[in-house]
Amino acid sequence: MAVPELTRLTLDNGLRVVLAPDRTAPVVGVSVHYDVGFRSEPEGRTGFAHLFEHLMFQGSESLEKLAHFRHVQGSGGIFNGSTHPDYTDYFEVLPSAGLERALFLEADRMRAPKLTKENLVNQIDVVKEEIRLNVLNRPYGGFPWILLPPVLYSTFPNAHNGYGDFTDLEQASIDDCAAFFDTYYAPANAVLTVAGDFEVDRATELIEKHFGDVPYRPVPPRPSFAEPRPTGELRGSHSDPHAPLPALAVGYRMPDPVNELDGYLGNLVLSGLLADGDGSRLQQRLVHREPLVTDINAGAGLFGPFEARDPDTFSVTAVHPHEVSPEQVLGALDEELEALAATPPDEQELAKITARWSASLHSEHDRLISRTLALGSFELLYGDPALVYGLADRIAAVTPSDVSAAAKALRPDARAVLVVEPAQGGTQ
Amino acid sequence: MTSATHRSAEEIGRTATGPREVPPLGEQRAAADLAHVDTVLGNGLRLLAVRKANVPLVEFRLSIPFAGDDPMHPATAEVLAESLPTGTRRRDRVAIDTELALIGGELATMVDPERLAVNGSSLASELPTLLDVLADVLTEASYVDNEVHRESARIGERLAVARTQPRVIAREALQRRRYGDHPYTREVPQAADVAEVTPERVRALHAAAVLPRGSTLVLVGDIDPDTVAADIERALADWHSPSSASVLPALPELSGGDALLVPRPGAVQSQIRLSAQALPRTDSRYAALQLANLAFGGYFSSRLVENIREEKGYTYSAHSGFEFTGSNATVQVDADTASEVTAAALLETRYELGRLGLVPPTAEEVETVRQYAIGSLLIATSSQSGLASQLSALASVGLGVDWLAGHPERLAAVTADEVAEAALEFFAPKRFTGVVVGDPDTLEPKLSALGNIAVERGA
Repeated sequence: MAVPELTRLTLDNGLRVVLAPDRTAPVVGVSVHYDVGFRSEPEGRTGFAHLFEHLMFQGSESLEKLAHFRHVQGSGGIFNGSTHPDYTDYFEVLPSAGLERALFLEADRMRAPKLTKENLVNQIDVVKEEIRLNVLNRPYGGFPWILLPPVLYSTFPNAHNGYGDFTDLEQASIDDCAAFFDTYYAPANAVLTVAGDFEVDRATELIEKHFGDVPYRPVPPRPSFAEPRPTGELRGSHSDPHAPLPALAVGYRMPDPVNELDGYLGNLVLSGLLADGDGSRLQQRLVHREPLVTDINAGAGLFGPFEARDPDTFSVTAVHPHEVSPEQVLGALDEELEALAATPPDEQELAKITARWSASLHSEHDRLISRTLALGSFELLYGDPALVYGLADRIAAVTPSDVSAAAKALRPDARAVLVVEPAQGGTQ
Repeated sequence: MTSATHRSAEEIGRTATGPREVPPLGEQRAAADLAHVDTVLGNGLRLLAVRKANVPLVEFRLSIPFAGDDPMHPATAEVLAESLPTGTRRRDRVAIDTELALIGGELATMVDPERLAVNGSSLASELPTLLDVLADVLTEASYVDNEVHRESARIGERLAVARTQPRVIAREALQRRRYGDHPYTREVPQAADVAEVTPERVRALHAAAVLPRGSTLVLVGDIDPDTVAADIERALADWHSPSSASVLPALPELSGGDALLVPRPGAVQSQIRLSAQALPRTDSRYAALQLANLAFGGYFSSRLVENIREEKGYTYSAHSGFEFTGSNATVQVDADTASEVTAAALLETRYELGRLGLVPPTAEEVETVRQYAIGSLLIATSSQSGLASQLSALASVGLGVDWLAGHPERLAAVTADEVAEAALEFFAPKRFTGVVVGDPDTLEPKLSALGNIAVERGA
């Protein structure tokens, strides 16, 4: 695929803009990424970044509650938002006739969102239902993204629950919301991305028209969330009232995703080599040959790769029968990592990972939502949206010895092990 | 909390210039016509091949009618689906995975009471290899003993996990409530049955039921539809049988009845699942019913979501949507709610069902759902994988590219009166049956007071 034309500009108020025209289908994607995620929540306000994301849909100076949804959907569009460790994104995809409307909607809530007590109370209830649905009322809820960080990390920003505790959510006030908005939702702390069916000149005019008078506010200094790597093996356990089988998550620290990208990609390729596909090393051994586990996964980043700054987590997760011990799974994992550390994989084993990544990146970017969001997050985290189109080549350049080095760094004496124990002691 | 000085919420919510007008929509460009071939191959397989060349990939969706009334059928079918890509005469499990990986390929199988689906993708330039692997597993899948036994064991473990998922528990309860013991209810096999499935039984089912006649293959991607038809005819030449794939017996028409309270002691959240008879896509009133459903609960700006989520905070997710099965269609209304507010949420859901017919969608509501239906279809079919999945669902009921291309026009032609008629007829509360799964101690007193609730005893 030809690399599409990318235009980047910055408005006087500091808003960064990425434009990626592609006129093969008459649809357009618009996203805004704000440079704040749940790692920036203060103590006593766990879950606040995500709760605030809900409030940004609840009205603005020009739009009553519920009007945002109606305008997007009444233009034939779809929308959503999501909160990550280091950023919060908002997006819509619409038939291209809806471009100006989407820009208006994003600008209006960036300029003057209506933050009311009534909406806050309502959305606290909605978020609690979301947590009941995704965590409290389901087997393996929050595994491993909520449960593993408190074992691997020791500082509040990295270790706390990004969904939040009910008591913290209930204490959130309108003044907290105002402070959070004024601090983090400044135009200079955001990236606007437009991808799909539009003309660059026309879009630039519309962006200036709708976002140009959002007043400048200073960007808060971005703190480092760095913390020392573990100096021993850390252990934790979690009793799950719904889980029928035990599960295990192993967490390791990785190279800095932004400043040591090639080292990070070595880990990404390693995760594929370990667990992607029936021929991968852990699938072969632990699922099919021995077999010790029902399913096993490995991955860079707890929500997927390229969505966090340093520190970021390499994880291996498995669900296994009662008669298998965590030590058996860990022993096999360590042996496979040692084997890779001692003997680099051959070129063909790497070629499999490279070809699958290349195809899956094409497939992901064929969906306009995914492409829009990737351009925005790469601008925000890496300052380089074009990296989206260069990733396949960067991944293909990872060498056998890079993978070997990545495997060598995943040491038993510098990791976290979380064990999930079925509270009912077995299958019903 | 994050900065020493900041504006108040009131100050943030207003500007000197005041509220602004929402801009109008611009001119909409039409989607490009899709070059395609729609044909039946010599072996009876319907092929729908479409050129969509945004990215250098190709996606396929093979759908094989796969019904069976043998009590062991669901378990055998599940083991077959999981074991299909684990080996052939020419390739073992690792060889299949390696060959697919090197072409950027994937192959996935899924089975339900109606169909066996084999889905895949690869780099478009590598389509011959993808087709070769597909043909190999369709005609030469070997189901060697150790692979079948291992897959059976894994399925048993996964079933233990699945049956603790609230949505699976609720789905099984709804299926029993709607259809009793019809084969369609057997979506999740019994672990004891899976343990008894032998490789011989799987091989026999493959020979008898993995058949091209009556099946559909949809191919979407950076391909030339005209030449690809001949390529596929050649690649799948050894896949043939005089018999036709096995079609699910027609589902009985749903009639309304009490919702059944299904106990799940100690649950902090309940699943409300209601269902009624609807219309298939081939019916001339389908577009009107589709708009009525959107206005009720089929999208975020619907009456149901605005009521029980955005006004009352009873739920994170409420939704209504269609389920198409053969020539039958039903509508489902789903919401997951905290135990304390479940009865209140059911009351509001019934209220909105009644209101949809009695206070039908306004002209403005109809315009909004019309735009949403047209636009979201355009978005869903703008990617290769989205288009392939959409066309596969249509092809399975005899529809194709023409139906898809003509649907925006049908939606544009629906009148508000037609939506009101469909709403009154199909969303009447008395037409619904269903289940509420949750903590009986919290739910029963309030639900009993509400009425039209039956309680499951001795579960």
